[in-house]
Amino acid sequence: MSMNNQGRPTGIGTSSFASSTGSALLPNEPLLFEIGDTEHSGVDLPDVTISGSRLGGFERRMPLDLAGLTEPEAMRHYVRLSRLNHSIDSGMYPLGSCTMKHNPRLNEKMARLPGFADIHPLQPASTVQGALELMEQLSHWLMTLTNTAAVALTPKAGAHGELLGMMAIKAAQEAAGQGHRRIVLVPESAHGTNPATAAFLGYTVKAIPARSDGTVDVQAVRDALSPEVAAIMLTNPNTCGLFEPDVIEIAEAVHEAGAFFYCDGANFNAIMGVVRPGDLGIDAMHINLHKTFSTPHGGGGPGAGPVVLSQALAPFAPVPFVRKGAKGLELVEHAQGEALGRITAFQGQMGMYVRALTYMLSHGGDGLAQAAQDAVLNANYIKARLAHAFSVPFGDCPTMHEALFDDSFLAGTGVTTLDFAKALIDEGFHPMTMYFPLVVHGAMLIEPTESESKQTLDHFCAVMEELAADAKAGNAERFTSAPLKAPRRRLDETRAARSPILKWERPEETLKAAE
Amino acid sequence: MRYLPHSDHERAEMLGVIGAADIDSLFSAVPKRALKSFDLGLPAHSPEFLVEAHMRALAGKNRAGADGPFFVGAGAYRHHVPATVDHLIQRSEWLTAYTPYQPEISQGTLQMLFEFQTQVAKLTGMDVANASLYDGSTGTAEAVLMARRLTKRNKIVLSGGLHPHYRDVVKAYLKDDTDLQCLSASPEGQGDILDHIDEQTAAIVIQTPDFYGHLRNLKTAADAAHAKGALLIVVITEIVSLGLIEAPGAYGADIVVAEGQSIGNALNFGGPYLGLMATRKEFIRQMPGRLCGETVDAEGQRGFVLTLSTREQHIRREKATSNICTNSGLCALAFSIHMALLGEAGFTRLARLNHARACKLADALAAVGGVDVLNKSFFNEMTIRTSQPAAALVERLAARGILAGVPVSRLEPDDPSVANLIVLAATELTTDADIAALCAALAEELA
Repeated sequence: MSMNNQGRPTGIGTSSFASSTGSALLPNEPLLFEIGDTEHSGVDLPDVTISGSRLGGFERRMPLDLAGLTEPEAMRHYVRLSRLNHSIDSGMYPLGSCTMKHNPRLNEKMARLPGFADIHPLQPASTVQGALELMEQLSHWLMTLTNTAAVALTPKAGAHGELLGMMAIKAAQEAAGQGHRRIVLVPESAHGTNPATAAFLGYTVKAIPARSDGTVDVQAVRDALSPEVAAIMLTNPNTCGLFEPDVIEIAEAVHEAGAFFYCDGANFNAIMGVVRPGDLGIDAMHINLHKTFSTPHGGGGPGAGPVVLSQALAPFAPVPFVRKGAKGLELVEHAQGEALGRITAFQGQMGMYVRALTYMLSHGGDGLAQAAQDAVLNANYIKARLAHAFSVPFGDCPTMHEALFDDSFLAGTGVTTLDFAKALIDEGFHPMTMYFPLVVHGAMLIEPTESESKQTLDHFCAVMEELAADAKAGNAERFTSAPLKAPRRRLDETRAARSPILKWERPEETLKAAE
Repeated sequence: MRYLPHSDHERAEMLGVIGAADIDSLFSAVPKRALKSFDLGLPAHSPEFLVEAHMRALAGKNRAGADGPFFVGAGAYRHHVPATVDHLIQRSEWLTAYTPYQPEISQGTLQMLFEFQTQVAKLTGMDVANASLYDGSTGTAEAVLMARRLTKRNKIVLSGGLHPHYRDVVKAYLKDDTDLQCLSASPEGQGDILDHIDEQTAAIVIQTPDFYGHLRNLKTAADAAHAKGALLIVVITEIVSLGLIEAPGAYGADIVVAEGQSIGNALNFGGPYLGLMATRKEFIRQMPGRLCGETVDAEGQRGFVLTLSTREQHIRREKATSNICTNSGLCALAFSIHMALLGEAGFTRLARLNHARACKLADALAAVGGVDVLNKSFFNEMTIRTSQPAAALVERLAARGILAGVPVSRLEPDDPSVANLIVLAATELTTDADIAALCAALAEELA
């Protein structure tokens, strides 16, 4: 073990994981801190000495203790780790509500053009006219596809878009002397972000029960409306994968009561180019560019959640936005009047704007509509193929882009929805969304997206049928012990939450802490 | 259309299995007047080479950082990103995976997040870090709300050295909140925040190096806040500074929020970026955002899972700590890979190099007539006062091919006292020739 100039040991890796184990193509990769140390580095930088530093006496004394790897070691560490992940590129990823569609690589290539990637958000507008033009073009596509009056591009993710949309509604109502409206209506089937967003802004959340067919009853909405209601947050198509048939009547009732209609656009992929939400009476809707417009999910973000706004809400859009000025396009960066200000530094997720526009131009208006229709076709195909073996909560009506099953077909088998999902892992598929929406018992929500071929769907359905038959045949063990073929068996989440270990510590530090 | 696998023959066959006459019958729940009742007027699908040409034309109208001398900072910094980073993050298994909700087949992402959390905790000198937030500005707003939950107090004081965009985001999040006190701009680095702490104060928010580049004294701030039972929130927009500057944890910071873009991530005109958040162990249950934790699987093998999700919206709904549903996963991966490539040795060298370039820039600027450098202390960024209004001056320099920094008036248009101020940054990419070109142009413009 060597010592660095602070007299500390530099060898970080001391545990039993210091050499890789695992088998064949399934590596068991040690932690970065078990293979790297503070002396190794994968970058060559000149070691400059500074005479007369201007750090004001705040020089760092606390050890950094950051493990480094040379370039070949880093390459291997991250390639080996990557092989422990399922991905869209390696197999079907039918997570309902997540729209795991193909991510074209042209998008990635375009986002890396220096004219997009190597420009600073605070450069003079005269030096970024192409970037502002791109934001304008993206806005045009989003407003055209939704038939709305304005769009706020800056939200960083869907939930951030929801927050912005509800802030705009709040600002509009305060400007109209309607600030006393404190209630937001949210159907039971909504995403958790909806009530969380409303509560974040100080609203009281009132749940609207679902009808037995999984949709929202316009009469239930009418009954809940009052002069205290600020808005309804409705997902359409909803989280059961169903188009809300009374959506126009709901919008009319909400507007008559002086409230706004916030639409959760997470499921826009089912209707883009086929139905324009503006024609349904929405006032605000976020669009997840990482779902509908194919920007990569990246293992959990970054997303992007632009919000389209009706004429009534357009004046309350946040800054910055692009407008035509005397010397070309300009960015409006400071709020005027009643507008709600700024919800993030800079211009939002430009990298995602580039990818989304590239995707839109590739598809064209015709291709986007075809994609939505194929997504709906695929979900209905799965539903039709599996209805006999699984249990369908809402009967025979066509579904949109998702097929929803409940767990009644598993009654008496000793197999739960979770077990079933884990068994699917052993068959090479990522599980569907489980236990959501909450209005269906043991929900299995399957969203194939338009990217899956008929051959893949047929294979998926055959596997699902075989699993269902095996569960009913009493082979519970196959399910309760699954997964057996994944890089890990089931993980102990209770233990992780009970005594959280959230960072790596040297084994000797852990021992000392335990004493 | 190249992304859609079905042939028309297959579509017809599938409709047959479904028992539907045509595709429109699957949309029967849609009110008739809303279904395909319009002509979008959008262009039709396009071959790859035409899309590429369109996008290249747009990109070509922008002046990229590499095109000439570049001194723009103020919350986003132009650093070199090793080729390895960008190669690795484009691997399918990283790029096209979802949030690791199925841990058995997401151990790559989960272990990386655990390593990332460890790196951020070490950098900031704090007990724990989360798996990242959207960016530094929204992270600051989240930290303010977290401090309110922790202290059950409401008053928040924002230092005059906080990035104006960050201040504006906090203002928007706390709309019309009279308990929010924003101190006026402090371009000279004057510290007036300590007088504003009282028994109602939940937290004070201090950025260091601050928006104008000055290093702030966190020790006195932490002591003053803690004496009144308030928390100290430290904001860092240039994470590279922590290679040379003392960790906020060493001074007693309670919550540290940072913009992580400088490591691993390109400028991207403002996003996607990467919010870092770290705090004390006892505060984790009030921390927003995802957390990855270590556990074991059914065979006793070490593994990682998302944990403490009872704080989050998908479990708690309206009682959640935040409505956040995502992190900035791929940006966190880029950060973590770049940081692993640097290691302690490389990161320290990178920070020294940045500071050395900034010292050179400050000395050169001080020698230009009509320019005053306001900073006594700085890391890689500084503020100058020029003898002419800054906004027009920066425009003229841009026309000469030099991106000279950010006129403060662009962010503070209502404050006439900052009209002649420019914030400039130097990084490892700033050359002697860049500095010479800037100073020569400034001298001519101000002559």
